[in-house]
Amino acid sequence: MLRALILSVLFVLPAKAEEVVVGLSQNRVAITTNFDGSEILIFGAVKRETAISEDEPLEVVIAVAGPSEPLTVRRKEKRYGIWINTDAVEVDQAPSFYAVATSGPWTTVLKDIEDLRHHVSISRAIRSVGAEIEGSEAFTQALIRIREAKGLYQTNIGAVDLSEQTLFNTSIQLPANLTEGDYKARFFLTRGGNVVDTFETEIAVQKVGLERFLFRLSRDKPLIYGLMSLAIAIAAGWGASAAFRLLRN
Amino acid sequence: MQIYLPIAEVSVNAFLLLGLGGMVGVLSGMFGVGGGFLMTPLLFFIGIPPAVAVATEANQIVASSFSGALAHLRRRTVDLRMGTVLLIGGLLGAALGVQIFNALKAIGQVDLLVRLSYVVFLGIVGGLMFLESLRALRRSRAPGAKTTRRKHGLAHSLPFKMRFRTSGLYISVIPPIIVGVLVGILAAIMGVGGGFIMVPAMIYILGMPTKVVVGTSLFQIIFVTGFTTLLHATTNFTVDIILAVLLLIGGVIGAQVGTRLGARLNAEQLRILLSIMVLAVCGKLALDLLLQPSELFSIGASGGH
Repeated sequence: MLRALILSVLFVLPAKAEEVVVGLSQNRVAITTNFDGSEILIFGAVKRETAISEDEPLEVVIAVAGPSEPLTVRRKEKRYGIWINTDAVEVDQAPSFYAVATSGPWTTVLKDIEDLRHHVSISRAIRSVGAEIEGSEAFTQALIRIREAKGLYQTNIGAVDLSEQTLFNTSIQLPANLTEGDYKARFFLTRGGNVVDTFETEIAVQKVGLERFLFRLSRDKPLIYGLMSLAIAIAAGWGASAAFRLLRN
Repeated sequence: MQIYLPIAEVSVNAFLLLGLGGMVGVLSGMFGVGGGFLMTPLLFFIGIPPAVAVATEANQIVASSFSGALAHLRRRTVDLRMGTVLLIGGLLGAALGVQIFNALKAIGQVDLLVRLSYVVFLGIVGGLMFLESLRALRRSRAPGAKTTRRKHGLAHSLPFKMRFRTSGLYISVIPPIIVGVLVGILAAIMGVGGGFIMVPAMIYILGMPTKVVVGTSLFQIIFVTGFTTLLHATTNFTVDIILAVLLLIGGVIGAQVGTRLGARLNAEQLRILLSIMVLAVCGKLALDLLLQPSELFSIGASGGH
């Protein structure tokens, strides 16, 4: 589903030898009533003035992140014979969606210090400070595990195709249970695990049409929304009753 | 056909929802039950967040009980006075129930409360229904003397007496109000109309004649679930109108089929089938609580309201 190809115009920064130029198959994702996921194609090129450097191969890391929100992760324990929520850890910021794709093995594409600086890997993208419960690591691990199972967090090692150290492309699979917001797509060019250049763009994910209307109404005018729900229910109930009588006669 | 629910924020199959609505509709037509106590757990199973399932189901029950109550009003089998007294209790209970629901949501125990309520009530109702219909089957094979008792209980001795002409009762308003409050709390927490508790309570506690019980119960359920829907919509924003409409369409058609089927089949055997199904849903929910879950962790919104 290739819509308009939008090529981003880059400012020419003189200090850099290599720069990333990027295009997305779509920079808007519309959540319609029959939305069941979407795929975004990402492609780009490396712009350089000089010859390709020989020392270390060029690598590309692409990270797409949904809007962040604070969360509570709870753990169940057996109490009084049944499993109930006991301990909880507050996670300050966790993206609702996070996909990271690389052109090679994680250890070669990005040094740990660079990951720390740019928050690229999933565990670094989640911010959790001041967790008092010991072993809060297990809670963030669980958060990643649960969201990975739902396709909300993805680590796709080697999913970026890089040819001639110049052209690259990958695709990001967006699941059906997506939330609204501005999704940030970040691009990192690396050599020997060091970031050479970065680029950032946004993908707007929005409910549209009926979905948007109902969602906004339920938040902005909850009383009217509630009354509307009731009116529909009453009308349907009356309709059913009337149809019953018609059928019986 | 996948459909994205705007409030639940999940994508589900529209035909699955229509089918579920239809199936529960058939049952409600066949047995004269609201079906909320089966529908809400089924919604949990297909992955609708419990808070949305409970609030949306309340909205759906408004429709089915309105449709049923209209039929009873035409037959004059609604005790409006008793209904109003029960309703006053019911509204108080619903307001209380939503408060409890929100408080527990904030400390992350709402799932537990909803599931636990279901296990307890489905277990009791399913078990009683099963025993009752077994006994009835045995009785129909060996017909014996039918006993009728008229209890002169608590309802007659308490103050604030009131005359309920349609029911032919002269009792205190305190027991009906208490029954109303309790059922109202259940309606808000469990997303059910509460008919399956209300009907036995009216017969055994209030001593109302059986012929007005179902109509009166339906009459007050419309208002209690309607009020619950509004409260959930304005405080929790969890009523999903698209989900409700899909369930409604299935439910309305299913109920028509159900009444026709019910007229043809053996009532006692059907009742046993229903009770087995209720017990099966109860068992599944109980196992979820008793067995170690495969995922011990769960993610919730921070803080709460």
